[in-house]
Amino acid sequence: MSDMQNDLLKTVDRIFEEQCPKTLRESAEAGVWPTALWQALEDVGITTAALSEEAGGSGIAFEDAMFALKRSAYHAAPVPLAETMLAGRLLAAAGIKVPDGSLTVAPVQTRDRLKFAKAASGATVSGTAHRVPWGNVCAHAMLVGELDGKSAVGLVATAGAAASVEKNLAGEPRALLQFERTPLIEFAPLDGALARLEAEGALYRSVQMAGALERTLEYSLQYANERVQFGRPIAKFQAIQHMLAILAGQVAAASAAADAAVEASNLAPEAFSISVAKSRVGEAAGKGAEIAHQVHGAMGYTREHNLHYSTRRLWSWRDEFGNETHWQSRLGRSIAAQGADALWPMLSRL
Amino acid sequence: MHEFKFEPVQMPAAAEALRGEIRAFIAQEVANGAFTPSRNSWSSFDPEFSRKCGERGYIGMRWPKQYGGHERSALERYVVTEEMLAGGAPVGAHWVADRQSGHQILKYGSDRAKQLILPKIAAGVCFFSIGMSEPDSGSDLAAARTRATRVDGGWKITGTKVWTSGAHRTNYLIALARTSAKEEDRHAGMTQFIVDLSHPGITVRPIYNLYGGHDFNEVIFDEYFAPDDMVLGGVGMGWKMVTGELAFERSGPDRFLSTYQLLLESIRAIGADPDARSANELGRFVAHLAALRRMSTSIAGMLERGAQPIVEAALVKDVGTTFEREVPEVFRHLIATEPTLGDGASYAELLGMTILRAPGFTIRGGTREILRGMIARGLGLR
Repeated sequence: MSDMQNDLLKTVDRIFEEQCPKTLRESAEAGVWPTALWQALEDVGITTAALSEEAGGSGIAFEDAMFALKRSAYHAAPVPLAETMLAGRLLAAAGIKVPDGSLTVAPVQTRDRLKFAKAASGATVSGTAHRVPWGNVCAHAMLVGELDGKSAVGLVATAGAAASVEKNLAGEPRALLQFERTPLIEFAPLDGALARLEAEGALYRSVQMAGALERTLEYSLQYANERVQFGRPIAKFQAIQHMLAILAGQVAAASAAADAAVEASNLAPEAFSISVAKSRVGEAAGKGAEIAHQVHGAMGYTREHNLHYSTRRLWSWRDEFGNETHWQSRLGRSIAAQGADALWPMLSRL
Repeated sequence: MHEFKFEPVQMPAAAEALRGEIRAFIAQEVANGAFTPSRNSWSSFDPEFSRKCGERGYIGMRWPKQYGGHERSALERYVVTEEMLAGGAPVGAHWVADRQSGHQILKYGSDRAKQLILPKIAAGVCFFSIGMSEPDSGSDLAAARTRATRVDGGWKITGTKVWTSGAHRTNYLIALARTSAKEEDRHAGMTQFIVDLSHPGITVRPIYNLYGGHDFNEVIFDEYFAPDDMVLGGVGMGWKMVTGELAFERSGPDRFLSTYQLLLESIRAIGADPDARSANELGRFVAHLAALRRMSTSIAGMLERGAQPIVEAALVKDVGTTFEREVPEVFRHLIATEPTLGDGASYAELLGMTILRAPGFTIRGGTREILRGMIARGLGLR
């Protein structure tokens, strides 16, 4: 770990420990925006950490920004940090000034397409975007659409756009946004913006899942050492030890895959390593959550225990920005098309 | 709690240059008909190929030049290893000597042992086996009963080792023997010896494996004489050395590339336009491989820095061998074929050979269960 990461770790962990207690997670699930927590993150430059300094960033390396994101997920912080970072990166890539405050992105589902149209002054957006993360909460959204048949990025105010709000399994809002000739605050062409949104979104969810998996392992180790049955901590039973060893393997493999994707995606998302990450981390999320709950027994099934804040996020995030099947299939098709001889050169350059 | 941290490594330019060199060498050997990749694994014993590797400087890469080594980094050695495995090269003859025995001799051997043996290993003409397991001492290595008793100028060793891969064609093995009676600490009183398999007092008997192959042996020691300068490290240090050795034995790419040739042939059999299920399974395996390689290279970086990542190595081996075993089990569904006995001349034979070898993947070098126990200890559960 670099010195920078060490300092960052202390700063973000302090913020989350002070500002993200259980009561805050519960109130956020009930729809209350965590004002103080978000403010604290803004104050230290975490919300703009993924931006270059020219684009208004805080001079933090991309890898360190992703590290902060991982810690936010470790702490199950109920904030659209990934979405804000992601929106900022695409806006900046298109040369659009990144606004203050929390941001979201749309569309996030392959079935949705947004149309941009030139208007008397500027441009408007029309179309529907399903399950936009925090779409009813963030004041602005970065939209990817088509303008005259070309890929473009636009910035829109979300006020009035949320037709309905669902929740993912972690209680995070996922809004249905409807636009009907809604004016764009700004817009600019950006080649391949949709693919970039999907890939970078998958990268951020992979990083978040790696953080949540770390917490899941820690909860499980702690519980196994504390819970006494048959006169000894359940950690002393070989069956439990082996389950936790498997969990540790899943967590380690997930972190390795996520880290590799982050390193390769410093400037722009790198397709191969992100396909690997979302596939591998997503698989670890399901298997890891299963083991963690089995180790926790009935206690982990309660609202009272904290485990569910991590596992419900894992069960949500693995299906967002493309599930394992989506990314595995893409990876598999690419390998098959390139042929067996191309595989090792691809693996060994990572 | 032990934190498993797999830091990234940057492959040095020299390692990448070496990568190109190895690929060209393997391609040339295949073109010359020296070997067929799909018929090989790291247990394929081919002294001629090992001699060529020795000539080209691919063995003993990290050792000092004075012992025939090449003073290269752990990462350069890693690149050679993974390229050989990915290319299906028959590296089995020198594998154990290069991976672990030579390193042990370099670190703990007498001057005479180093001068006598290391240059020959590096030249690709001297091969080793591992003498740890015994009939009543497999996973429970500390139960070893082979005894070494003090005699004038050395030790007399009596006992039996089993599962001794390649001992019918290797030159030496390193034997773990008890040099003092069992005490409260059952790990004390163990010592390692370099044993010359051509000397009197050694009988090697085959133990045929489930498909009739001869790899395993039983090695019987009947008052075998080991001179003092063939003791490795201090008397009583055997346990510590054996466990240290395992970081080398367990973390390498050999722990997730055993079924790589089947994966490649399966990609060829599936073709350029896979159906949905084949595409998914293929993508899943590639994702697993990429993550494993990252963890494994990270351990090579730790070894380079002089660390002993024993628990991390156990973790990589457990995750890696689980992956290896899944490969034939998944592809048999995707490519309908009846697995056939043989040496890998066709897809059916390669599948057959892989299925028959697969049980060994999660047993050799420490069973899955032993590894999970070690990981649990690393996690603070024991």
